[in-house]
Amino acid sequence: MSDVGGWGWQAIKAFTVAVYIFMFAPILVTLTLSFNASQFGGFPMTGFSLHWFGVLADNDNILRAFRMSVMVGTLTAVICTVVGVLAAIALVRYDFRGKELINTLLVAPVLIPEVVLAIGLLLFLRWLQQPRTFLLLLLGHVMLSLPYVVLVVQARLIGIKRVYEEAALSLGANRLQTFREITMPLLMPAVFAGILLAFTISFDNVTATMFWRPPGVETMPTQIFSMLHTSISPEINALGTLMILITVGLPLIGGGLARYLARGQR
Amino acid sequence: MATAILTAAERRRPWLLLSPALVTLGLLMVIPMAIMFGYSFYFYVGGGRDRPDFQFGNWAEFFSDNYYHYAIWKTARVSAITTILCALMSYPAAYFIAMTRFRRKWLLMLLLIVPFWISFIIRTLSWIHILGGQGAINATLRWLGLIDDPIPMAYNEGAVILGMIHFLLPYMILNIYVSLDGIDRNLVSAARTLGCTAWQSFREVTLPLSLPGLGAGVLLCFVLAAGSYVTPLILGGPRDFFFGNLIFDAIMSELNWPMGATLSTVLLVLLGLIAIVYNRYMGLSRIYKGLSR
Repeated sequence: MSDVGGWGWQAIKAFTVAVYIFMFAPILVTLTLSFNASQFGGFPMTGFSLHWFGVLADNDNILRAFRMSVMVGTLTAVICTVVGVLAAIALVRYDFRGKELINTLLVAPVLIPEVVLAIGLLLFLRWLQQPRTFLLLLLGHVMLSLPYVVLVVQARLIGIKRVYEEAALSLGANRLQTFREITMPLLMPAVFAGILLAFTISFDNVTATMFWRPPGVETMPTQIFSMLHTSISPEINALGTLMILITVGLPLIGGGLARYLARGQR
Repeated sequence: MATAILTAAERRRPWLLLSPALVTLGLLMVIPMAIMFGYSFYFYVGGGRDRPDFQFGNWAEFFSDNYYHYAIWKTARVSAITTILCALMSYPAAYFIAMTRFRRKWLLMLLLIVPFWISFIIRTLSWIHILGGQGAINATLRWLGLIDDPIPMAYNEGAVILGMIHFLLPYMILNIYVSLDGIDRNLVSAARTLGCTAWQSFREVTLPLSLPGLGAGVLLCFVLAAGSYVTPLILGGPRDFFFGNLIFDAIMSELNWPMGATLSTVLLVLLGLIAIVYNRYMGLSRIYKGLSR
């Protein structure tokens, strides 16, 4: 719109800062309120306290929901990564008829509303006259996360030059060896990104999970949702802070560590 | 590609690699969607029971009952407002990130990804801490002595829109950023050399070249907004229901599965039509490029 440095540029810069503030202010407020000593979840701040984190640790429902979320998330991540990497290799490394269609199909769950995906799966189950089980929740989460894993791995795979694989093949390695020795190590960052992404999507999902969870089972987000019905308790704030520390902290530490190690190798 | 010299085994290999993914999606998405459509013709007996049938009662009810039409209209209107505001907020931010010579640009990019890692439900309910009776705005105004009673700002349509914009912004900014970043800077320089003002070169060169990214962001945000039902539940009032809420109520509260199937099919078809029209002019591959960042 304007040259870098002009007043127009300054206006864009100020606007961008405002957009970032908009994105993070509510989250920072929640983080702050979780250390509030008050009995109520909102303002005013009456003092600094870690009391509500202690209360969390005694809440069996929350611990159970947490364990459930971690389990579903981990299994989803493993399954999605295996299935997604194979599919991404086929889509990037091979030419075949109907590739466009397959590509569209694989990422379709992104564009179909979760409510519809959730109802579809439930109706299928009802049609088969099966009860809602843990397996349904797990497979549902796999379906929701798979497109993202395929997209991320695909993007990385396009960046890995074919010549490395061809060199290995011409030096006498078979396809499996080539994959194990060349493709896989180069693909590792994408695999980790895929695992992390699938875990996060599963761990975070609330819309579809409300439909799929077996009777009596809560995941972290549905647990928070059911606690919300009355008003926001300080416990929810503490829980939110804990979840943010885990889901933002882990990838940051992981990414930082990977960068640090990569620097050490050079 | 020299397809002719490929052996049968090699031709089979991509399908072998794809089969787990295709089986997964076929079983969990394609077949369920087909059954959902079939179920919309079932007959609802009452009391949570239905029987296989082929009748148009559910469809007739959908087309004749204004309640459903109102929900569609409301969903479309609120989603459109959300998407437009989101685009207006995102474009300048994406432009800044793409064009800045700021050395810590990676930090700006990282901060765009971070919201994806933060629980959606926490992000949504955190707006109550801003807008609610005990929220930051009311608390500040009261502290300043400007008001005695809190101004009601949460639990209405505006709060739902804010919450949805908050959740959709990163998607929109990333999509616009990807297409702005791909523009050859020489084109803008050339336009300037040929006498364009900064504004003209933006309008004639940069803006048209970034439209695909903007379009992808708009489609994605509209579809995600129109399919939402948790945000209206948390931030909306009793009248702020989306089409998704009707589906949830039909199935989970009334146990009227055939009607739920009908309404789900409607939502799928309406949003599918939008995606098809978009694909005809822009190509869906754009969206996937923005998502893989």
